[in-house]
Amino acid sequence: MDLTLYVWRQSGPASAGRLEEYRAKDITSDMSFLEMLDVVNAELVRAGREPIAFDHDCREGICGMCSQVINGVPHGSREKTTVCQLHMRRFRDGDTIYIEPWRAKAFPVIKDLIVDRSSLDRIMQSGGYVSAHTGGVPDGNAILIPRDDAETAMDAAECIGCGACVAACPNGSAMLFAAAKVAHLAKLPQGRAEAARRVCVMTEAMLKEGFGNCGNHYECQAACPKGIKVKFIAQLNREYIKAHLKDGRDT
Amino acid sequence: MDILKNSVGRKLVMAVTGFGMIAFVIAHLLGNTTLYSGPDGINAYAGALHSCGVFLWTFRLTMAVMLSLHVFFGIQLTLENRAARPQAYTVTNYRASTFAGRNMIWTGLLIGVFLLYHLLQFTLQVTDPEIAAVRHPDALGRPDVFTMVALSFRKAAVAAVYVCAMAALGLHLGHSIQSSLQTLGLNSERTFPAITKGGIIAAILIALGFVSFPLVIYAGLLR
Ligand code: HEM
Ligand code: SF4
Ligand code: FES
Repeated sequence: MDLTLYVWRQSGPASAGRLEEYRAKDITSDMSFLEMLDVVNAELVRAGREPIAFDHDCREGICGMCSQVINGVPHGSREKTTVCQLHMRRFRDGDTIYIEPWRAKAFPVIKDLIVDRSSLDRIMQSGGYVSAHTGGVPDGNAILIPRDDAETAMDAAECIGCGACVAACPNGSAMLFAAAKVAHLAKLPQGRAEAARRVCVMTEAMLKEGFGNCGNHYECQAACPKGIKVKFIAQLNREYIKAHLKDGRDT
Repeated sequence: MDILKNSVGRKLVMAVTGFGMIAFVIAHLLGNTTLYSGPDGINAYAGALHSCGVFLWTFRLTMAVMLSLHVFFGIQLTLENRAARPQAYTVTNYRASTFAGRNMIWTGLLIGVFLLYHLLQFTLQVTDPEIAAVRHPDALGRPDVFTMVALSFRKAAVAAVYVCAMAALGLHLGHSIQSSLQTLGLNSERTFPAITKGGIIAAILIALGFVSFPLVIYAGLLR
């Protein structure tokens, strides 16, 4: 199939970018979206032009590197699918596709479709860890975790830190990301000990990085390639309330 | 206080003050239905409220504080949210958010402007002195609130202002009942659909309830 692409080109963080038109020719339906871009890039290189810069690594939906807003939808419109796992059979011959980078103040564009997502890492560094000593390798059943808690924690732990939630949010908020981390750790006994401090510092770090505030629009849930649910945001809110009811302090 | 700087902390202030105002709005709606029992209904109701003295003023002060906090943080949060996306997308494709949700600041500010007019009109009674209830007692010597309201809503422009303002209120509440329950953490995957739907239905009922007064009076069904 042949496609018309409008791709965001920006040579560096400080320069102004713009959408440029490209033709993607002879694309087969079993190519992934990134393979389609590989074909376009190969053509650009052959013609002596600068290829389109985009992030990617595993190409199997687990690393969270790929990051493109396709026709207004982060990762494209297929549910629970990263760009690298999106196949061209989702498109039809003659389609026009707009490709833009994640857009948020906290995600400055490095080049073309590549943005700097280290702000998410800094949210993690603020409190997304467990500092309690867990000792040596414990006996398998030494710490009892109810099955439902383990399952819920694993659901939250599926977050791959891609930032599509931020890209989709009308407020550029990282609340779904923060909620996944807070909920994941708070559900498990090792993480529980620092739950109160964690929710306070991670939500503070979020604002410091320039993310917006959650408006409960739920665009994040619709965009998340890992199906992280906004029920975790409700849990983050409960954790925040609990943190203040219990010891009345904020860190 | 750190709560008032935190993202979730300020959202909680929005939700608590918003909920307080929703409670007021519902009580206000129920109280206003005394309009339908004619002058005896609403004039007696208004008289009873005004005899509460210090309680009335405590209540008014509480409402003013709640509203001020709500407006202040509403504007502050919105400005931060706008700043968080300095460059807009060329193509947007919303799949979960609603018109009501994305326009909370505009429906909120509309309600605020309406509120000023509404207070000048029916509380301070300075917009239409010729029908001000305080200066025109009814047969029993009570301020004639019924006549003031009834004559006001006979004017098309006044009735239209009320209909528009209540449409804004309906939109504001259509998003915010669901939203505030989520902010307060009182939401789960199981209750989610019911809370969203219930919030919209409640918002429509509240807006329709208020709109009924100007419509019924303008249509000449209540004199
Ligand atoms: C008078 C001017 C008003 C303004 C400027 C205003 C503004 C706002 C804004 C901007 C939000 C969204 C906050 C966010 O999530 O970022 C909001 C939420 C809300 N508003 Fe208002 N509002 C006003 C009046 C009212 C009134 C009269 C009520 C109730 C009758 C109300 C009830 C609510 C509720 C319940 C929320 C949801 C809070 C949450 O999401 O947790 N508001 N308001
Ligand atoms: S919550 Fe979902 S969309 Fe957000 S960073 Fe994690 S995996 Fe990506
Ligand atoms: S490239 Fe790893 S998730 Fe897409």
